[in-house]
Amino acid sequence: MLNEILGAVALGLMWTLMTYGVYISYRVLDVADLTVEGSITMGAAISAAGIVAGIPPLVTLLFSVLGGMTAGMVTGILHTTLKIPALLSSILTMIALWSVNLHIMGKANVSLLKQPTVFDALLKLHLPKNLAVICIALLFVAGAFLILYWFFGTEIGCAIRATGNNERMARAQGINTDRMKILGLVIGNGFVALAGGLIAQSQSFADIQMGTGSIVIGLASLIIGEVLFGKKTFFNSLISLCLGSITYRVIIMLVLKLGMPANDLKLFTAITVALALALPTIKAKVNAKKTAKGGVTNA
Amino acid sequence: MLKVENARIVFHPGTVNETEALRGISLHLAPGEFVTVIGGNGAGKSTLLNCVSGAYFLTSGKILIDGQDVTNVPEFKRAKYLGRVFQDPMMGTAGNMWIEENLALAFRRGQKRGLKWGITNEEREMFREQLAQFDLGLEGRLSTKVKLLSGGQRQALTLLMATLVKPKLLLLDEHTAALDPKTAKKVLELSEQIIERDHLTTLMVTHNMRDAIKYGNRLIMLHNGEIAVDVSGEEKKNLTVESLIEKFSEASGSDEVSDKLAL
Ligand SMILES: Nc1ncnc2c1ncn2[C@@H]1O[C@H](COP(=O)(O)OP(=O)(O)O)[C@@H](O)[C@H]1O
Ligand SMILES: [Mg+2]
Repeated sequence: MLNEILGAVALGLMWTLMTYGVYISYRVLDVADLTVEGSITMGAAISAAGIVAGIPPLVTLLFSVLGGMTAGMVTGILHTTLKIPALLSSILTMIALWSVNLHIMGKANVSLLKQPTVFDALLKLHLPKNLAVICIALLFVAGAFLILYWFFGTEIGCAIRATGNNERMARAQGINTDRMKILGLVIGNGFVALAGGLIAQSQSFADIQMGTGSIVIGLASLIIGEVLFGKKTFFNSLISLCLGSITYRVIIMLVLKLGMPANDLKLFTAITVALALALPTIKAKVNAKKTAKGGVTNA
Repeated sequence: MLKVENARIVFHPGTVNETEALRGISLHLAPGEFVTVIGGNGAGKSTLLNCVSGAYFLTSGKILIDGQDVTNVPEFKRAKYLGRVFQDPMMGTAGNMWIEENLALAFRRGQKRGLKWGITNEEREMFREQLAQFDLGLEGRLSTKVKLLSGGQRQALTLLMATLVKPKLLLLDEHTAALDPKTAKKVLELSEQIIERDHLTTLMVTHNMRDAIKYGNRLIMLHNGEIAVDVSGEEKKNLTVESLIEKFSEASGSDEVSDKLAL
């Protein structure tokens, strides 16, 4: 059991990077960006193909990030310059990435067994696999945390936040909103691809399918994190996303242990997210009924 | 300061919804001129301001701000010349961001944004002082999310944001229409104070004839996308609601809108 919890924490930490990416598009920019389903696989594909080709594992992750950023840029340009609705733009990129990723890997699945990974340094110290992944992933999450916390406090970061919050206002303040949207998608998908690369190295393979449904996992982590751990400040949000991502993995581990078939996992996650997203509406309806009733009794 | 030359704009050309919202408007504003704009619903007041700000591009004609031809300059680039307050109090601010963050965004209007901090301590101090002058109790709430403010507070904040960096032209589009009468009066007076203090060239749309007469040193009335009345100087000072309606009927050849206007 302890090992399974450690496994869930390790996975949750790596997926935190993905959740950060989803947060940037979904919360900061206020667009549902499906590019991530392709860019997480792209990150994995680039890293795996790179390692097999003899590139140092850490360097392959840099290429993963660059790949993800490019994918985000394509979606951004489709949406802003070419005026295709955001959701559709991201679906187009996602679909296109399927072929691109197959080209990168040369096949549907690349194994990294007996290949070097970024976890090797710790594995050599005879640290258990899960602990090694936790330590390395924690370093990446800490780095991502610092970068995001700094970046969204800068002038450009503030401009991106304003763009997502109120586009007209942003333009009235002289902000090039198109450019900010592209930039946000670039950064978000960079993080997502980094997650993909790291995950591939930890599980010792990259698979063309691995991105399918990842947006929903990212959203589930985001919402669980915000609901359970708060979103008062940006600092608070970034911590919550990490905790939410870990909580999600622990929940999944538990329901699987309780005997839910693995095939139902995506259904379970989708229903959870749908409920969480509908929560404000349901709450409002319940409250409206309560006040209506209250009004009658008062009258 | 502002030159609009023969401005025409057609929405949805070639469809059943085709609307010619501006029909060849020419308007010159001297520096420091404070012009109130009235006109019935759909007369083209908002469209005129939106064309000046670059939210819409003209179908034909020209717009110059301080001698610069901005006819084809995108909205975000024109913003450096302009301060704007909209009718909807939600429109002019970023509700999820703090008061100080909104002000810091406005303080950087027209400047290149880089990787420096989005707000500095000196700026905070300055924002605090400026807000204190507004007497709305906002100076102690710099790190409050703007969406928690009342409509009037938001409009006052937007007004401060619009004038924090002195704009070449201030565009106010019925910026008090969504407020209760008392708050509307306060925001209007605040606007006048700032405009006089900084000698701002201003276009202020209002639906209220009395306000249009009371404020500013020139008044124009739009009708069907054209300027129907344009008075300034002594003549403007001596205007009454009645004489204005009369002028309007003369110019437009109808009196149907006069009921709509005389609120
Ligand atoms: N974005 C738009 N698309 C199509 N028609 C528009 C648009 N904006 C304004 N119009 C039309 O232009 C005319 C003038 O509108 P507007 O400038 O908003 O009037 P108002 O004087 O009330 O501010 C109206 O007929 C309106 O329907
Ligand atoms: Mg209007």
